[in-house]
Amino acid sequence: MIIQIKNNSMSKINLIIKREYSTRVRKKSFIVMTILGPILMAALFIVPIFLAHMTSEKKMIQVVDETGLFGKIKNSENVEFKFLSISFIEAEAKLSSSKEDGLLYIPMNTINAPTMVRLISEKELGINVKTYVESQMKTLLRNYLYETEGLKTDRFEEIDKKSDISVTTAIMKEDGKAEESSTELSMVLGMFGGILIYFMIFMFGAQIMRGVIEEKTSRIVEIIVSSVKPFQLLMGKIVGVGLVGLTQFLLWIVFTFAIITVFKTAFPEKFTMKQTEQISPQNSKMLSAKEITVEKQLSSNDDGVNKVLKAFKRYNFVQIILCFLFYFIGGFLIYGTLFAAIGSAVDSESDTQQFMLPITIPLIFSIVMAQYIIMNPQGSLSFWLSVIPLTSPIIMMIRLPFGVPVFDLVISMTFMVVAFIFNTWLAGKIYRTGILMYGKKINYRELYKWLKYK
Amino acid sequence: MELLQAINVTKTFAGHTALNCVNVSVPEGSIYGLLGPNGAGKTTLIRIINNIIAPDSGEILFKGEKLKQFHTGLIGYLPEERGLYKKMKVGEQALYLAQLKGLSHKEALKRLKYWFTKFEIQGWWGRKVEELSKGMQQKIQFIITVIHDPKLMIFDEPFSGFDPINVNMLKEEILEMRDKGATIIFSTHNMASVEELCDHISLVNKANIILEGSVRSIKQAYKSNAFEIRIKDLQYPLPESLNNQFTVKSQRKEDDTTIASIQIHENNSVNELLQSLIPLGRIQAVNEIIPNMNDIFIQQVNLSNDNSNKE
Repeated sequence: MIIQIKNNSMSKINLIIKREYSTRVRKKSFIVMTILGPILMAALFIVPIFLAHMTSEKKMIQVVDETGLFGKIKNSENVEFKFLSISFIEAEAKLSSSKEDGLLYIPMNTINAPTMVRLISEKELGINVKTYVESQMKTLLRNYLYETEGLKTDRFEEIDKKSDISVTTAIMKEDGKAEESSTELSMVLGMFGGILIYFMIFMFGAQIMRGVIEEKTSRIVEIIVSSVKPFQLLMGKIVGVGLVGLTQFLLWIVFTFAIITVFKTAFPEKFTMKQTEQISPQNSKMLSAKEITVEKQLSSNDDGVNKVLKAFKRYNFVQIILCFLFYFIGGFLIYGTLFAAIGSAVDSESDTQQFMLPITIPLIFSIVMAQYIIMNPQGSLSFWLSVIPLTSPIIMMIRLPFGVPVFDLVISMTFMVVAFIFNTWLAGKIYRTGILMYGKKINYRELYKWLKYK
Repeated sequence: MELLQAINVTKTFAGHTALNCVNVSVPEGSIYGLLGPNGAGKTTLIRIINNIIAPDSGEILFKGEKLKQFHTGLIGYLPEERGLYKKMKVGEQALYLAQLKGLSHKEALKRLKYWFTKFEIQGWWGRKVEELSKGMQQKIQFIITVIHDPKLMIFDEPFSGFDPINVNMLKEEILEMRDKGATIIFSTHNMASVEELCDHISLVNKANIILEGSVRSIKQAYKSNAFEIRIKDLQYPLPESLNNQFTVKSQRKEDDTTIASIQIHENNSVNELLQSLIPLGRIQAVNEIIPNMNDIFIQQVNLSNDNSNKE
């Protein structure tokens, strides 16, 4: 008997979820957003690539090469190298007065530590220059290593690893000190994740609120709560809208990739960097036929987009995507319950203003703090903001690409779950009183009283 | 047997008492009127019966069993504040609400077909609710209330906003369902419909039940032993007291007929009244004045308000 009743109430929640979901995904606004979103996102990827190709401006880069290994670095139509014979410190001091755009510093120990290379400039040089420099240096270093260590198949992997040069870019400040910015990709990634969560919480949170107000103003809510518990209606609605959000997110990803793929096929030349000679003549003599094909395959895969993707490779995308899903769902639930509570307390959308403030402040604050978080992703303020549940969904997404200790993640997620339980309790109390309250102006004191009703 | 009992139900909202130790028992198969002025606590009691809100103390028994959530499947509720999803299609919406009451998709569809045919509204199935008139929407709401064949039906101000044709249809349906064994609770201000339909009533005022019982017995209890008498050719006016036995409460003259309302004292009979009136003129009609529910309602509410003001 009891099990039957439980199933019954579950099937009722399922009915509610189904209704919330199906009425929303059939709406015109959902379809429009689903189509517009990927176009915007694809534009975000495609436009910079087009722009990068359109700029005819050539970047002049000074090189201080302490190793002496990279003398053969090739100029391209966008990048020209100029070797200096002075020390790095001198060169750095002169950079701002020179007409060159940047300074590439290859320290002595690059062979052992391929991440020590620095590219300093006064202005952002762009990811294209960075990836070009990286790929050039990588080829040269690999060829050098093959030459010195010989072509032993069992050493290929190690050599690949050793020659995996990662250039740290830095922007020259007015005071003459260079500030690290190798993090530009992390910045982009973090901001993207943070803003996406911000945007989705607002969009779908507001949908929950509007749904609750609709049920209240159309006066259907009392008919429904005579069949199901108000809490079931609340949960059904939140889950239903959440699934709509996930569906939209999924469709965005699929469509964005589809659009990018289409562009890639339509304008392949835009996505390909000028192929550089990968194998030096004396090396190719030493390579067996089989190894050359391997090498060629490797280099032919090395087009522009793949380079960007390769740069992405150092991120743990499984972690980032899983965390995104967790923080989206968690943030959505925490804010969604609050949005629902507000919707239940008012009679029309125009009355929501006074209650919206406490919800919007932490969200907007998170976005405002983003700049600071990016500069100090491991600072104590960053830690606290990524642990406090109302700011953590956005701040943690921003921090994530910079690497976050597991300890921080565990605390943040635990707080999130606790906050969700608390908010659900809070919203449930307000909701079940609010939905039956008509024509009364509600203030915070009133809401507080509702919490105490049995 | 009692289908539903409320025992010492108390509910307080932030210092305001909505129900104060209320006891109600609704006999099975009856039409039970829950009367009272606005804000008396009727809707709160109904919401407690529907398990929408919980009482602070006291309990509700459904067929002697403590009320649980699954009992809502046995109750049909037409709230005072009622409406439908405006953007949703009629059929889809009716199906959804019927399934929320626990019917399977198939069963809900079958029963809806029956009701839509009965009310001759099959053509509305695919239309959006916002395209329907208010009266049409109310028909749908009524169907949704009764679709799951509830044992107990609760109508909160069911006739408000209904046109006379729909009111009549609704009354007929309600009586038919009562005859089939359903129990009906009515909450209304409309005293005429109370007299017409209800077997039992409770009068709620300011969170308290001030009167409860069968309509007939209440009327009996509140009749004042007064009679309306029409006499022709009478010397108008009558003296205020007849033979020191009867009190003339009011009188008026229409042409040559005097219409008087006369109260009989306890140890006298109508016969004695007539005997004393016969010599005065030609008696045309004698009717016992039975108070209507409206009068009782107003009288009782005023009385209880006066009492509470004195306190």
